[in-house]
Order: sequence, then structure tokens, then C-alpha cells
Amino acid sequence: MELANIENLLEKYFEATTTVQEEQELQAYFSQDNVAPHLQEYQPMFQCFTNLKAETSTRNVPLQPRKNYLKWISVAAVFVLTTSLFINEWNKQRQAEEAFEYFKTTMALVSQSFNSGASHINYLTQFEETTNKIFKTENN
Amino acid sequence: MKQADFLHTVLPFKDKLYRLAKRLLVSNEEAEDATQEVLMKLWSKKSKIEAYNNVEAFAMTMTKNYCLDKLKSKQAGNLKLVHSNYKDENTSLQKEVELRDSVSFVHEIMEELPEQQKIIIQLRDVEQYDFEEIAKVVDMNPTAIRVALSRARKYIRQELIKKHNYGVS
Repeated sequence: MELANIENLLEKYFEATTTVQEEQELQAYFSQDNVAPHLQEYQPMFQCFTNLKAETSTRNVPLQPRKNYLKWISVAAVFVLTTSLFINEWNKQRQAEEAFEYFKTTMALVSQSFNSGASHINYLTQFEETTNKIFKTENN
Repeated sequence: MKQADFLHTVLPFKDKLYRLAKRLLVSNEEAEDATQEVLMKLWSKKSKIEAYNNVEAFAMTMTKNYCLDKLKSKQAGNLKLVHSNYKDENTSLQKEVELRDSVSFVHEIMEELPEQQKIIIQLRDVEQYDFEEIAKVVDMNPTAIRVALSRARKYIRQELIKKHNYGVS
């Protein structure tokens, strides 16, 4: 490649008006050994770009299919929550029923003893009757 | 999309992602992390990949954004990037001469460039993207990219010439 052409390209290169192909030509020119002395100061620049292009990533990316655990965990959590709420509710219901039964038997007992107490009061009326027989009030 | 298909689409540009990340984050480890992160994200969105007409540009954009976020958070936390690939400064004269070699000097100059120019010069001069492809990644119009690229190249040249004239500073 003639020198004038390279100089021309360099000029354009620093104005960033070169095409990718022209830049590749420049890179090719500067990567060879016989570079014109007055252009040698540009050589490290292109050398550097070539070096940088050679860098490669060495780490392998672990691409385990990341399972969507979160989704299933949330489904399970919702399930547990609803069942526990349901059981809780059911328990409450049962407790209330139990308490009601207990209350009913107690009240039955109370009414039973009240009734027996009340039946004794009947004798009091007897007493009243007999006194009426003895002390006759004037109103009668 | 199966794992094999995914790897088939992704592997051709994995190194490009890595190099872009490396340019921005400097550290090898950080760049590997970034690449891995971006690929994992792509993998988790693999069902949507077919819908993108240019997966490579999309992945490059993701890498760019990831790295810039990383840098921003580092700056906000007032932390310097920690990287283990430091060069040993106190070695023999031979090594020192090598170290002062202009090629690594260019590398150092590139690290001084602002992020935007770093990305553009990486994409253009290292990966040889054309302007339309760069435009997709950096979200700028081609004229602005051309200006930034020219500026970056001229900056490198100017620094190189400075060094050439003054010798080892």
C-alpha cells in the first residue's frame, strides 16, 4: 500500500470519517513491521487496539435453568394459609358449639333445681290458705 | 429456547461484552462478574430473546448500563474500584522499560477518557462496529458519535505525541 494513501486515511481516521474497511486497512498496515518512520508514533495506538481485541472472558457462565421456586413457594404458602384459616375457623365453630352444649346442660340443671325449689314454694300457699281459714278479714 | 440454542446465540459476543465491561470497570474480576450478570439476565429473559432483532446490540446496551450503574454506585459510595490486576511497579529495569512501552501507555490514556468516549472507541476501534450499531448501544445519533470518536482519537494522539516529545515523564 502506498504511503500517501495511508497518510490520507490517517487524516480521515482522526476526523472519524473513515469506514470500518478503511480502518481495517490501517490496522493491517500498522500491524506489519515496515512502518514509515514518521508514522511509527501511531503504531502503538493500533497495536493497543489489536491487543485489546484479543482479550477473552475465561469464566464459564453457569446456566442452570433457574427454576422458578418462588412461584411454587408462593402457591404452597397460599395453600397453607387458607387451610390453616379454614381449620382455625372450624375449630372456633366447634368450640362455640361445645360451649353452647355445656351451657345448655348447665341451664337445664339450673332450671331443674329451680323447679324443684319452686315446687316447695307450693306449700307456702297451703300455709296462706290455712291462715285465711283462721283469721277472717273483714273484707271477706 | 433450549440452553444449546441460547449458548449458540450468546457465545459469539460473550467476549465482546467482557471487553466492554473490562474497558469500563478496569478490573478483570468485575468485568467477569458483569458479563456473567448480563448473560444470566438474558437467560432469564430467554423467552423474549427471539423478539429482539439484534440480541448482540441489546446485550451490549445491557452491559453498558450495568457497568455505568456499577461505576455510579462506586462513586456514590466513595469507593475506588478494587482490582487485582495491578501491574507491579517495582520490577527490574527491563520490565520497567517494557511497562513504559507505548502500547500500555495507550492503554493508560484510554482509561483517562470519559466513559462515553471509552465505550465508543471500544466499540469502533476494537470491535469494529459501524455507526448504526454503535448508535443502538449508546443511544446517540451518528453525528454525535462521530464527533465523540474523533475527539477520543485525537486525545489519544495528542497524549502520545506529548509523550513522544517529552520522553518518559
